[in-house]
Amino acid sequence: MPTDLAVIGAGPAGLAASLAACARGVRVTLIDAAPEPGGQFHRQPAAGLRAARPEALHHRWRTWTRLRDGLAAGSVRLLTEHHVWGVERTSGGLTVHALLGPDQEEPAEVHARAVLLATGGHETVLPFPGWTLPGVVTAGGAQAMLKGGLVTPGRTAVVAGTGPLLLPVAAGLAAAGVTVAALVESAGPERLPRHAVTLAGKFPEAAGYAARLLRHRVPFLARRTVVRAHGDERLTGVTVAALDAHGGVRPGTERLLPCDTLAVGHGMLPHTDLAEALGCRLDGLTVAVDEEQRTDVPGVWAAGEATGVGGAALALAEGHIAGRSVVARLRGTAPDPRQWAPAARVRARARRHAAALGSVYAPPARWTDRVTDDTVVCRCEEVTAGAVREALALGAGDARTVKLLTRAGMGWCQGRMCQPAVAGLAGCEPTPSRRPFARPVPLGVLAGQHSEEGHS
Amino acid sequence: MSESLTCDVVVVGAGMTGAACALYAARAGLSVTVVDRGPVAGGTTGAGEGNLLVSDKAPGPELQLALLSLGLWAETAKELGAAVEYEAKGGLVVARTPEALDSLRAFAAAQRAAGVTADPVTADGLHDLEPRLAPGLAGGVHYPQDAQVMPALAAAHLLRASGARLLTGREVTRVLRAPGGAVRGVRTDRGDVQAPAVVNAAGTWGGELAARAGVLLPVLPRRGFVLVTEPLPPRIRHKVYAADYVADVASDSAALQTSPVVEGTAAGPVLIGASRERVGFDRSLSLPAVRALAAGATALFPFLSGVRALRTYAGFRPYLPDHLPAIGPDPRAPGLYHACGHEGAGIGLATGTGLLIAQSLTGRTPALDLTPFRPDRFPRTTKETAR
Repeated sequence: MPTDLAVIGAGPAGLAASLAACARGVRVTLIDAAPEPGGQFHRQPAAGLRAARPEALHHRWRTWTRLRDGLAAGSVRLLTEHHVWGVERTSGGLTVHALLGPDQEEPAEVHARAVLLATGGHETVLPFPGWTLPGVVTAGGAQAMLKGGLVTPGRTAVVAGTGPLLLPVAAGLAAAGVTVAALVESAGPERLPRHAVTLAGKFPEAAGYAARLLRHRVPFLARRTVVRAHGDERLTGVTVAALDAHGGVRPGTERLLPCDTLAVGHGMLPHTDLAEALGCRLDGLTVAVDEEQRTDVPGVWAAGEATGVGGAALALAEGHIAGRSVVARLRGTAPDPRQWAPAARVRARARRHAAALGSVYAPPARWTDRVTDDTVVCRCEEVTAGAVREALALGAGDARTVKLLTRAGMGWCQGRMCQPAVAGLAGCEPTPSRRPFARPVPLGVLAGQHSEEGHS
Repeated sequence: MSESLTCDVVVVGAGMTGAACALYAARAGLSVTVVDRGPVAGGTTGAGEGNLLVSDKAPGPELQLALLSLGLWAETAKELGAAVEYEAKGGLVVARTPEALDSLRAFAAAQRAAGVTADPVTADGLHDLEPRLAPGLAGGVHYPQDAQVMPALAAAHLLRASGARLLTGREVTRVLRAPGGAVRGVRTDRGDVQAPAVVNAAGTWGGELAARAGVLLPVLPRRGFVLVTEPLPPRIRHKVYAADYVADVASDSAALQTSPVVEGTAAGPVLIGASRERVGFDRSLSLPAVRALAAGATALFPFLSGVRALRTYAGFRPYLPDHLPAIGPDPRAPGLYHACGHEGAGIGLATGTGLLIAQSLTGRTPALDLTPFRPDRFPRTTKETAR
């Protein structure tokens, strides 16, 4: 079915864009892999779970109800459980390729004049000894279990790593009845005041979480890190140690915290696969966009975490601006930015916050020192840190060559999980890695499209 | 940091060909320095499948080089086989129609006369060799000499075995020439390396390196995509491809041509390779190319329809206008040797190339006549323009 605008991703950015464009007469198709719209931020419990108070687990519930009601009232065509693997430029515009069904085997296409990439981000987890034990989950994964499945991952949890996500995860677990033994944050608290001015807008939110943590007696251990997870069959505890000013462990500060769950996260990375395959210019690890959220590929916009990790408020603002821009551009006119001035102010402020947070929450400088040679770095291909170091000794020198020599990042997840770790071990900055297929595609689906193209 | 180093020979290029040149030169007693602007295996080597093939080559100088090389690969594998994932799996070329089978059999007969082992296989016999092949094929030819390595590992391990000094992340900005014209080393962005001999093993960049030595070598890129599936238990035993692949390899057409070469790997994924198109250095994804690969592969092996492609990657095969590599001394610049332009066959042809270069460097008679590979065989007027 033809549409004017195909929006990929039904999180805050995609929803805001869809509503902004639909309200102004653009035919919008909103596509998402999940069964319900909302994205990770507004992830909804499955209807069958009959959640009595789903809002209890959510931040900014009113924003969500406004988006949800707008979606219900408007004429946005919503395609859930559509797993997009690629976007293709065609003579008539753009074609979004997705896979349907429980096994993601059935192809589906959406033809559109414009595409908005609102693909969000994914969590980074850096390896440490024991991190592959059952019971170790990502911070975002723990949150998704709470929000989407209304289940808790365990009874006693440690939340660890770095980044603003750890606070709501710890607070959410505690509220759900999990004993949170500690929130272990590798950033130092004394760095926060330096950014007090730019972070001022964030404080009420952080203060709210802090109050909840206090109420549940969750110890906040700043400038500490998990050096090892223990257990044979599954997790039984973690060793936590204090960090010195250079990111090294202070000798003698190791302490064992018994727990059956470790929720760990080291920040977010943007999903840029679709943009890269389309040939959009990237700015470092993010999709480069102009003031209207346009990429440099005609007909392709991007908004939300894909253009830089900055949270839901930024995603909403960018999505709104993108939606308004699409409306004007599809009519062949230049938009008037004054129409979205409030959103532009939110965007500017939120980007400053994101930059400040990014400088506060960084993994400790010497985390690779604590990754022992037998620690698995790439779980898909079972590549150890020792194998990565061996590849470096063979002359690899960069993450791509490490991948070639070790197969790290060549497996099912295509390096989404291990890429930052491999780059860190190689001593280089993470670079966008080319993933022409945003998810695995059956060869039969590709072959079927070949015959449709009329080749022999 | 700038420093000046001295050695017997500088090899420019830390890919498969450069690694083999370094290995054989070192074994001939020369002190070798390998320089690359990127890491090890950063160019075409890192984007290939690791084909060591005689099956796709018509009688002639390239086939002679392939036969020499495959023998040397088998020797090398005795020492490094596991590290480089060497597998003497053999090739199986299939024909869909009786007409195609006739041409294939005639082609194989000529190869046999040139020293290739090429055993005809009946339609029924195909499934003994490859049980999962599609039904209804006319027949084929089995090439037991065809083999496989993991190219990036092969380059890295041959370089290590050579003991050569490896300088990665250094771009050669100029090949230094003495007033009389003789080569005396290279200038890099981080210092000079003095040597009386320089080997151009720079792959697709070989034309540019030749220009930096002041000579013409019209190396052009031909883009190829390879599709990689999810890891599978071993189901495909040989390198299997359709007979029309042979025609594509020798083609002069700029348009996309595909004919699937399908093979399992030691690590589990199935590789589906060898789309070929001339589009300059454009690395962006071409869905038509990967769709054609998928269609060809599933036609040969129907079970692949339900198998997922995890990724696809593009590489640039360096070729010269007559589709033969440039190997040997360059009379226009004494001390300059070329070892590039192997197109999609460089992994397989690397060992023979390395040996021939080492023999030339040490003044011995090369194992093959180098006349067809002369680097100065292209007059300026025939230079093609890469788009």
